Amino acid sequence: MSERSLVPFDTAIERYDPVLGLEVHVELNTATKMFCGCPTEFGADPNTQVCPVCLGLPGALPVVNAKAVEAAVRIGLALNCSIAERCRFARKNYFYPDMPKNFQTSQYDEPIAFDGFVDVEVEGTDGQPVTVRIEIERAHMEEDTGKSLHVGGSTGRIQGADHSLLDYNRAGIPLIEIVTKTIEVEPALAPLVARAYVAQLRELMVALDVSDARMDQGSLRADVNLSLKPTGSTTLGTRSETKNVNSFRSVERAVRYEVTRHAALLDAGERVVQETRHFHESDGTTSAGREKSDADDYRYFPEPDLAPVAPDPAWVEELRGTLPEAPELRRRRLQGEWGFSDLEMRDTLGAGALDLVAATIDAGVAPQSARKWWLGELARRANDTGTDLAALPITPAQVANVQALIDAGRINDKLARQVFDGVLAGEGTAEEVVAARGLEVVSDDGALGDAVDRAIEANPDVAQKIRDGKLQAAGALIGAVMKEMRGQADAGRVRELILERLG
Amino acid sequence: MHQLSAADLAQRLSSGEVTSVEATQASLDRIAAVDDRINAFLHVDAEGALAAAADVDARRAAGESLAALAGVPIAVKDVLTTIGQPTTCGSRMLEGWVPPYDSTVVAKLRAAGLPIVGKTNMDEFAMGSSTEHSAYGPTRNPWDTSRIPGGSGGGSAAAVAAQQVPLAIGTDTGGSIRQPGAMTGTVGVKPTYGGVSRYGLVAMASSLDQAGPVTRTVLDAALLHEVIAGHDPRDSTSIDAPVPAVVEAARRGDVAGLRIGVVRELHGSAEFGGGFQPGVRQRFDEVVELLTGAGADVVEVSCPSFVHGIAAYYLVMPSEVSSNLAKFDAMRYGLRVGPEGVPAPSAEQVMAASRDAGFGDEVKRRIILGTYALSSGYYDAYYGSAQKVRTLIARDFAAAFEDVDVLVSPTAPTTAWPLGEKLDDPLAMYLADVATIPANLAGVPGISVPAGLVDGLPVGIQFLAPALADDRLYNAGAALERLVGTTTLEEIA
Ligand SMILES: [Zn+2]
Repeated sequence: MSERSLVPFDTAIERYDPVLGLEVHVELNTATKMFCGCPTEFGADPNTQVCPVCLGLPGALPVVNAKAVEAAVRIGLALNCSIAERCRFARKNYFYPDMPKNFQTSQYDEPIAFDGFVDVEVEGTDGQPVTVRIEIERAHMEEDTGKSLHVGGSTGRIQGADHSLLDYNRAGIPLIEIVTKTIEVEPALAPLVARAYVAQLRELMVALDVSDARMDQGSLRADVNLSLKPTGSTTLGTRSETKNVNSFRSVERAVRYEVTRHAALLDAGERVVQETRHFHESDGTTSAGREKSDADDYRYFPEPDLAPVAPDPAWVEELRGTLPEAPELRRRRLQGEWGFSDLEMRDTLGAGALDLVAATIDAGVAPQSARKWWLGELARRANDTGTDLAALPITPAQVANVQALIDAGRINDKLARQVFDGVLAGEGTAEEVVAARGLEVVSDDGALGDAVDRAIEANPDVAQKIRDGKLQAAGALIGAVMKEMRGQADAGRVRELILERLG
Repeated sequence: MHQLSAADLAQRLSSGEVTSVEATQASLDRIAAVDDRINAFLHVDAEGALAAAADVDARRAAGESLAALAGVPIAVKDVLTTIGQPTTCGSRMLEGWVPPYDSTVVAKLRAAGLPIVGKTNMDEFAMGSSTEHSAYGPTRNPWDTSRIPGGSGGGSAAAVAAQQVPLAIGTDTGGSIRQPGAMTGTVGVKPTYGGVSRYGLVAMASSLDQAGPVTRTVLDAALLHEVIAGHDPRDSTSIDAPVPAVVEAARRGDVAGLRIGVVRELHGSAEFGGGFQPGVRQRFDEVVELLTGAGADVVEVSCPSFVHGIAAYYLVMPSEVSSNLAKFDAMRYGLRVGPEGVPAPSAEQVMAASRDAGFGDEVKRRIILGTYALSSGYYDAYYGSAQKVRTLIARDFAAAFEDVDVLVSPTAPTTAWPLGEKLDDPLAMYLADVATIPANLAGVPGISVPAGLVDGLPVGIQFLAPALADDRLYNAGAALERLVGTTTLEEIA
């Protein structure tokens, strides 16, 4: 289908109501895998974090990682779910080379957590905040698969590849899959709600300290299910499943794009195909993946190699006591402490910057300065590279270092941007970048004095005005000095030197 | 020396009368002398076994305190992983595969100082009741080499019966230790499910598989049971409880006052389909009389759900098989063949071609059965119903054990049949396990004890006990052994 035939989003939602469903996979940050003792560290050499169990060697048996169960229970509680008193794992049978046993050990009809909800806040069409309740159907435990690398094709996909390489380091990493019930909201808000929900889950996972929740590294992955139905209808349409959308912004764009694509098909009297789709960051579109049908039969049955998991109710209550503050309460508290306006707070949340700003403030930066960097300079860079803020290679501590240099008068805001360039380019700490790039402002009176003298000499008219008492004219001389010093002058000291000479 | 029981041999090793190297060499010599007629072994590791034996001898000479069976050679069914020896499961699929890790059972044998002389033949992936489904040729029954030794653990049973080793390890999913025991005049024990670790046991049906001893005497079985049993944190279905006092029970062997239940549904009366060889039924009746004479309180009990055992078994087991054997896909280990006439095959095509070439017909049959039984729309009718039958069978056992201490039945409906007789009739083959399957479905322990010969061929008697009461099997088994004597092979026929 060509771009031209898409129906604009605003037009589409006049005729159709979008129905959303979100499946989010969270990779747990346990030290070891779900069913064996292999380490889970990201980025190790291929096939170095494997053993007979996670390679599915004949005879090997799984044993449930108790830490993963604990994380699953805490996630379930934080999502306001009921926790199963007894639940079993199940085998999901299908053949794929990156799955060592050719079945995935997962949970099927007995999830560890079920029937919960989260409340998310978005900006309504009237500009006022709207709270939307997202019902959670289930959160269940499962193991991740290995990774296939398809070599030789143009697309990186299996079609057309010369050969494929398999890395089983990821096989057996604990995952929690969180599945919503169908979400029906005011049509115009659907993309924002999807984004806000994923952002809030991420916030929750970080607060629980159960996952790195890095969308760019795949430790938090969202599948967006979407269908349309004619406005007011109760009959659900055919859905598409857009897989592994890897940023908040992409979640929003994927919903938006699928609405326009479905609407165009339905308007033309065509059929929406039930299929998985791939999202393309570059142009915000999706393309067809694998067609799904009722013939997909995973032959689920209870995993006979694992004893049932039976969380002791007393232990569950104990864990409930360890839950961090609920995100909405925390947001309200932080907004008060920081003195942010509603709009500032919403922008901070929308950018997925809450934890980054909080950590930056914790590192000693004034709230407004922390907000200014993350939502201004750094958000712009994230947007340019199509990533989430959290994925930028800079930490709150590094941002605080930059601010400390400003506060000490060693750099100014303008130079700070260049310092960010350096830190993001991996040139080292703020301090190192300042040194290596020679960015420190000059407050040495000798060098500044010479520059001031030259500026006075070159601008006799301005100098005369100052001598006549029009002190605001000093700005022009300061500008000239700054220009000569390529921005690296301490503007306050320059002003003093000018007034000393002409006052 | 090869005729000695493990207990006797251990005694002589301990007194210094013989060394483990001598005993192990005797075993290797016997294998070399007779195994071309039996084909009990798929792999013999003379070097490794002799090294282990020399190590035990050295430790004994140094005055170290050793396990009871230290130095006694043993054979292991080729379904348990062994570092340094191939583990083929009797399949082309795993030809030449040497595991990088030891199964827990094998690790325990090594730790107790038992030299492992080799790996024994079996029906492919333990699927069969005759050992004819091995990809490496059938094992023959030493009592009559024109007949089958039972299965799937025919290799372990034949090796012990033919005195190639005093001890072997088998595995029992529906009777694969006990039924070959009956066919070869050996003692075979299926412990309580979870009593022996399954880590490193290449699974046929995870919820049914259990490794256990194969020996010539009940005491030997108890001694071996003690070595291999116990909780294993690497098997989450392993039971965290003390090992029952099996050796003590085997030394006791006294049925006076013991309440023994004869299972109506398991001795081949016409009412329940018959099919039991008359000689087997007659021998069973004689055994019941002997037990009664020895003071046992024998009563008849009914376990009505047992008659659905085979049907339930042939749904549960293939279902698990279809999933457990999915891992054999040529991607990481094992046989890999490309599809014929396809120049650049896809992974899926290689998987399909390799599985086609690597698996035999019986394995394929069970994979197909299981795939079907688990299919959406059929699950409830097949797998679901079968699980309900398991529950009913477990209830029958529980009810029976309210009134009696152990149950008794013939181990198998017939004595060993001629090679090839049932090869083309899978259903007839499946019936060979009618009496042994209920124990697997319910997870309770069972023992088969030889009870002499019928028409020159061994007959086995099975005792069944409640879960975790394996010691009762050894007590009853040892008592029977005293009453009828061991069934010892004089000469391979
Ligand atoms: Zn592992």
